[in-house]
Amino acid sequence: MSNTGIRGVVQEELSNIAPEADLARIDPAADLREALDIDSMDFLNFITAIHHRLGVDIPEADYRKLITLDGAVEYLTARVGAIRS
Amino acid sequence: MPSLGADMEAGTLVEWLVKPGDRVKRGDIVAVVETQKGAIEIEIFEAGQIERFLVDLNSKVPVGTPLASLRTELEAHPGGAAGVERPGPIAAPISPISAPTGTRRPPALPPLPISPRPGVTGRLRASPAARRLAEGKHVTLSSITGSGPAGAIIYADVARHLGEIAVPSARKRAPGLDLAAMRTAIAAAMARSKRDIPHYYLEHQVDVTACEQWLARTNATRPPDSRLLIGALAIKSVALAARRFPAFNGFYRDDKFEPAAAVHVGFAIAIRGGGLAAPALHDADRASLDELMTLMRDLVQRMRSGRVRSSEIADPTITVSSLGERGVELLYGVIYPPQVAIVGFGKVVTRPWVIDGAVGPRSVVAVTLAGDHRVSDGHAGALFLAEVGKLLQEPEKL
Repeated sequence: MSNTGIRGVVQEELSNIAPEADLARIDPAADLREALDIDSMDFLNFITAIHHRLGVDIPEADYRKLITLDGAVEYLTARVGAIRS
Repeated sequence: MPSLGADMEAGTLVEWLVKPGDRVKRGDIVAVVETQKGAIEIEIFEAGQIERFLVDLNSKVPVGTPLASLRTELEAHPGGAAGVERPGPIAAPISPISAPTGTRRPPALPPLPISPRPGVTGRLRASPAARRLAEGKHVTLSSITGSGPAGAIIYADVARHLGEIAVPSARKRAPGLDLAAMRTAIAAAMARSKRDIPHYYLEHQVDVTACEQWLARTNATRPPDSRLLIGALAIKSVALAARRFPAFNGFYRDDKFEPAAAVHVGFAIAIRGGGLAAPALHDADRASLDELMTLMRDLVQRMRSGRVRSSEIADPTITVSSLGERGVELLYGVIYPPQVAIVGFGKVVTRPWVIDGAVGPRSVVAVTLAGDHRVSDGHAGALFLAEVGKLLQEPEKL
């Protein structure tokens, strides 16, 4: 899956959690927990959804790599690539 | 006298807001009734003319007693003919518009309709805030499609119909929740709490490093679906402590404390856009951490989409409010009446801590108790809170 495709999946799952947010206007380097007012339960639901959508394992220790939109896309692109190759 | 909850047997009529001869329309507030849950405004669901009062002010009458007789529009002008003297009681077709204090109903959900009188069908369900907005803007509710529970018309539906966003947070509102009504209920319950409950407060700094390490080990081998959050450990520890210290688990009603046999922990959930509810995690003391986590995830999801069950609103025997990983270090709760205690968990922070004579970094959380002085004292509260702290030292046993 392309980088663009992964960004789409991440944005879609974030908007399921924060339906009122305009993700196009979120700073891609901002802490999503602050930018979208999401708590640890929301974040776990986000990780769970991404895990099911992309089939990648996301260990708890890696959560901090996914707290920005850009960080999440970069991390997931690498993980998806690793599975495919 | 309408039934304002399954446990209500009688109510006291404390105020009439109409007088005989007044014309009323559906949705008008006609009276105030005092119950053990506080003062409740009563609205009428039929248009007509008030004929006479059947119950004296300040008298307590059983549920089902007619409060007044009403001549309906239909009776006044049947087919254009002269009025027929067939006054009917207004007890049946009225319903509370708000159950402000200590409510055993979901604050955001309109009450189930009381059985309409025979011949009256298809009554519109609408929240009080929705009715007021519609009335103020001169729109009829029947022209609006409801998106609330069971198709009830909520504030947002009327606002949408009017093509305007009536409150700044309207855009952030979860579907099926009436945040304006929820705020009214929160305000009423908290005002009652601050008025009636002599709170005392205690704080305990708890080292939760063991919890974090245990969680990291446990979650490392699990898929995200079955991972645990520290919030589940917090709730379990409070539930176990509440079972051991019954003075913090139960209800203060009718001037006495009723300890609860079971421990149903109210779990404070923030609603996006500015709402709060604390529905029950039933038998939290007996649930495993995995069961508790599943219950919590399910409850958060249903609460935020407005599909919480009435028992979950009615049953909490003690409340836990946790700020999670963001926010601030300390939270002092306001007891949700008729409960007698609320435990607050602040944000987990890294602090220098002395262990075995040496200073080292540890993860620490401030746990607070707000207790009801009518039921317990600081001494008992301290033992209770210390027990929570002790339980969190051995997460594998929770």
